[in-house]
Amino acid sequence: METRRGIAVSPGVAIGPALVMGNEGFRIPQQLVRVDILDSEVQRFRAALAAAVTEIALHEQLASARLGKEYGAIFAAHRQLAEDPKLGGEIETLIREKCYSPEYAASRVLRQHAHTLQNLGDRYFAERANDLFDLEKKILRHLLGERREELSHLNAPVIVLAHNLTPSETANLDKQFVLAFSTEVGGKSSHTAILAGALGLPAVVGVGPFLSAVSGGETIIIDGHDGVVVIDPDEETLARYRVTGARQKSAAIRLRSLEPLKSQTRDGVEIKLYGNIEFPSEVDLCLQSGASGIGLYRTEFLYLEGGQEPTEQQHYEAYTRVIRAFPGQPVVIRTLDLGAEKFPQSMQQVIEGTPNPTLGLRSLRLTLQNLPMFKTQLRAILRAAALGDVRVMFPLVSTLLELRQAKWILADVGEDLQEEGIDHNPRLKTGMMVEVPSAAILADEFAREVDFFSIGTNDLIQYTLAVDRANPAVSNLYSSADPSIYRLIRQVVDASRHRSIPVSVCGQMSSDPLYTALLIGMGLRELSVSPNSILEVKQVILNITTPQAEEIAARAEMFDVARDLESFLRGELHKLCPEPVN
Amino acid sequence: MSSTEPHATEVVVRLTNGLHLAPAMQIVRTAQQFRAEFSIRKGDRVVDGKSMLDLMTLAAEHGATLRLEARGADAADALSAVEALFERNFAIDGVSVDRAIAD
Repeated sequence: METRRGIAVSPGVAIGPALVMGNEGFRIPQQLVRVDILDSEVQRFRAALAAAVTEIALHEQLASARLGKEYGAIFAAHRQLAEDPKLGGEIETLIREKCYSPEYAASRVLRQHAHTLQNLGDRYFAERANDLFDLEKKILRHLLGERREELSHLNAPVIVLAHNLTPSETANLDKQFVLAFSTEVGGKSSHTAILAGALGLPAVVGVGPFLSAVSGGETIIIDGHDGVVVIDPDEETLARYRVTGARQKSAAIRLRSLEPLKSQTRDGVEIKLYGNIEFPSEVDLCLQSGASGIGLYRTEFLYLEGGQEPTEQQHYEAYTRVIRAFPGQPVVIRTLDLGAEKFPQSMQQVIEGTPNPTLGLRSLRLTLQNLPMFKTQLRAILRAAALGDVRVMFPLVSTLLELRQAKWILADVGEDLQEEGIDHNPRLKTGMMVEVPSAAILADEFAREVDFFSIGTNDLIQYTLAVDRANPAVSNLYSSADPSIYRLIRQVVDASRHRSIPVSVCGQMSSDPLYTALLIGMGLRELSVSPNSILEVKQVILNITTPQAEEIAARAEMFDVARDLESFLRGELHKLCPEPVN
Repeated sequence: MSSTEPHATEVVVRLTNGLHLAPAMQIVRTAQQFRAEFSIRKGDRVVDGKSMLDLMTLAAEHGATLRLEARGADAADALSAVEALFERNFAIDGVSVDRAIAD
């Protein structure tokens, strides 16, 4: 049994057999083979190994010819490794003596050696493990050939373990068979993590290197609440997690009974719950949970998926799918909110050598400097707005001039469409994210120039407290309960009330039931939350009256450190919903 | 098993990144030219000097002291051939192998 800790990104417990995804999506089809076919299996392995050696020799020639002898030498060394009789012998022994399939045996031997290298405590040798993984991949490719199986062709329940899953791989996971997943890399706000939540799959990311310890087929427990991955659990651990899993399942069933209920407080005040989504496919969960629309439609995936800039039509089609799902209800489309460092090749030249990307060229700043790209997206939004209640939202606005410039470009694009006689909505509502402290402080001024605000707490906290929460050395400073955040939100809510524009909160704070009462008490009537949190937040709303919420907000004002406010809110939540949600 | 006394000597790894792939390959290829059994000892671990996998997982880092041992008919020649590799720090035609792998 081996226990690993990572970042919990999507709650739930799952127990099942491991499916290890290599970088190329290889999958070991079976662990064992029948005794009577051992000879032919060994032959199959020997043929694959020979083919791998030939392949490496070819690379060796190419590298020597094109790059020079010293590069060729790297492949020569790989070939020497592949030809080592000891290596072939170890693998063959496992096949013959343990009836392991050639795939499993090869993977296991190479991974064990790689594991040894990784655990030596020497960074250089740890990286050499990659040479072994590389050889593993080559042998597997020859073994599996056309039989290479992919995630889309599953026929039994599995727990997917991977170095990394791309957002599209995650989005395409077959929910019928994938019970949960875990990746070596990734953080809380990675797209993969967001998607896991949306799909309702328990997930732990950022576990660090652990795949070398797993070949596939082992029993795995994923605890997406505490961020734990258990490999080959013992009976006691299994039993414990089975109980937790069952308890969570019944809590989830209880929550599902809230789906048809209207989101209103006990004294009848409606709190509009919107969904935060990134992929059109996430609308299903929003609809099912009774969302009143989409409060945040992130559009970054369009730019990250294809490796190149999306066309106007690609934008338009993605938007249309979401708008059709919510006829007559608001869909707030946020324009590109990417750091330049995450950008596809087309933009690479812009970003060379930025030491401080979060304070650099990103988001609205990036689009304002790349007008053709910005206009493509705005055209698609304006056109899509002819189909429903679409609104546009600009991210990371830090000065009024930026906002005015963005609005001016939007108007300009609208005029172009008008001249071209293309159907669009020139009266599209225009809003902004309040996520830079300057915008929160000047909220009263900004409120005169937009139709709505949406408070983006993730960045607001990061910029206000000057802390990167992905950095473990300082992440303890990051808290939604910091009194400075409370005051900034209050200021924004007051400004929007003063100027009579709607305000909502998106970002993880609004998805955490811990803050629901506080936000309602501060005067918020619209919350945009991740699809899998809608019911948990709704549960709090259904259990509270607005005077109660106001009382909580008033008392919250008296705390001067995050820790105290957090434990106060925890106590209040427990009184409102005694049954723990997780 | 040869019962003769081994020819043995000690060397120190001077490569910046330790005994990585390319120099390990040189050792294996050199040792394979001889009939003598050839082993390398680091601390209490002894590996086959003709096995790439063994040398790689030996992970001899910069500064490590290795004991080279050869047994058999041409043991003396095998030993001095491998020792020579360490002496020129595995340079090929006077070009250091440290640089190539660092890229």
